[in-house]
Amino acid sequence: MGGFLHDIVAPGLLSSAPVRTAVLVGTVVAVTSGVVGVLTVIRSQSFAGHSLSDVATTGGAGAFLIGVSQFWGFLIAGIAGAALMELIGVQRRRGRDVATGVVLGAALGAAALFLYLGTLTSSTTGASFTILFGSMFVISPDTVPALVASGVLALVVVAVLSRVLLLTALSPELAAARGVRVRAVGVAYLVALAVAVSLSSVAIGAVLSTALLIGPAATALRVTKRPGLAMAAAALIGTVATWLGILLAYDSYYWTSGGRGWPVSFFVVALIIVGYLLSYARRPRRGRTGRDRAARAARARENQEVPECSPA
Amino acid sequence: MFSSLMLNTWIAASIVAVIAGVTGFFAVLRGQSFAAHAIPNGAFAGAAGAGLLGLNVIWGLAVFALAGALGIGALGRRTRQDVVTALVLVLMLGLGALFLSLSTEYAEVTYSLLFGEVFGVSSTVLVPIAVLGAVGIAAIAVLYRPLLLASALPEVADARGVSTRRMELCFLIVMALATSMTVPVVGALLMFALMIGPAAAARSFTRRPGYAIALAVGIALVTVWAGIAASYRTNWPLGFYVGVIAAGFFLLGQGWSAARRRAAAPRPAPALVSA
Repeated sequence: MGGFLHDIVAPGLLSSAPVRTAVLVGTVVAVTSGVVGVLTVIRSQSFAGHSLSDVATTGGAGAFLIGVSQFWGFLIAGIAGAALMELIGVQRRRGRDVATGVVLGAALGAAALFLYLGTLTSSTTGASFTILFGSMFVISPDTVPALVASGVLALVVVAVLSRVLLLTALSPELAAARGVRVRAVGVAYLVALAVAVSLSSVAIGAVLSTALLIGPAATALRVTKRPGLAMAAAALIGTVATWLGILLAYDSYYWTSGGRGWPVSFFVVALIIVGYLLSYARRPRRGRTGRDRAARAARARENQEVPECSPA
Repeated sequence: MFSSLMLNTWIAASIVAVIAGVTGFFAVLRGQSFAAHAIPNGAFAGAAGAGLLGLNVIWGLAVFALAGALGIGALGRRTRQDVVTALVLVLMLGLGALFLSLSTEYAEVTYSLLFGEVFGVSSTVLVPIAVLGAVGIAAIAVLYRPLLLASALPEVADARGVSTRRMELCFLIVMALATSMTVPVVGALLMFALMIGPAAAARSFTRRPGYAIALAVGIALVTVWAGIAASYRTNWPLGFYVGVIAAGFFLLGQGWSAARRRAAAPRPAPALVSA
């Protein structure tokens, strides 16, 4: 591992196996989270998205306890949590909020127990840190095919259901009137969300997976209102943030004298937040041509919920 | 179980339960469970940062909790609040990951800050909890009527000249200060379970806000007392018992309101339901 302490551009970057795994998994996670995240933001289910990652933490801790691959623990707990939320969730938004909170609270309690029992059986107290904050550079290559497969599964579910999902998000009554089974669609969506979230939990940690789910999607939805375009943009933003984050974390081994790198998750989150804040300042940067400005003004007149886009 | 060593534990847990019951009622009423989860959880990152700088943990908690509350309150006004809450939480936790990776003693610190260290509470920790808890409850008592109006009927509050935005910011700040101080004792995650479960259960037993707050406090006290007793006997973490007991009370409340609804309302005409 001392080989890459030579150059600022880090010559060993792409030949290092952990980095290649991190880049591959990070890309899958970023694309899946970006696409699912757009629907999550539109459906106002950020809390569920974040909670599912915490619920998945419980599964990760439980899997650690019985010695199964953490990935399966994350996945099973995530799906079970999604089912429970939907089961006790009332259709009203506030009821859903509370149902999510109660499932989250119970799952966190179980996580406390699992982590405690884990420290009893083996002396690695660092487990809670790894589970919560992830460590992209120590993904085992065995889990990569499963990671990629579940990412594709989540993408397929969303692609097949995207029109119905958008309809039920924007107008549940209209969807029901058209014969859409709103409840079943909600469950299918939550399962896709659970898969996406457990995926990113393995990669950048259960707690910070929220960043990849919500950040790029929220940024994309500030730039464009078209769902398809927003999904592509969110996937792109997430991928770029992940790649840059990996690069910076790799380089950060030089920054301190002790040779300790800064965590990947910190860089990814910081980049995503910077991107989101930049989307607030996008107007002076783009739209220099008259046609752009006219188009935006027309759009602003159409949906007046965007107050900063005053007609030019 | 009731030795002098455990006395501080019982006192701290009781104070925490009262704070959780009162602030939790408003968090549930306002649909701000996510903020209730995000603020103490993000404050934990502040504690990690304070540890890194060699400051008292209390300052890190206070600064991060206040910054989180102000961030959610200020940015949430312009766009969807759940998105802003998620991003504020993630930013604070990202910083927490950095602080923890820079410090040398992360694992035990992380565990106790997330899940609490309720046994062996020192009297020096007890004082800020008690003071800030009292201040928070006093603030809620002063703001009680406008806060209740702004939470339950925002439109009416606006029409009556009560600023819902200011009420929201006030509530978030009170919640931030009152809950973040409890993090070293009960942990960031346990506090949340204690806020939402009992308050949601209380709301399904009674519709009157005053009774509901009292009931939420009572349920939170029972939850935490039973949790401490069970935790003392079995040596399992308190967070586990609190999470499970709080969820149990919530389910009990759901069952109660479902049963009452069935008893009160006559079945609607079958022609209307068969759709």
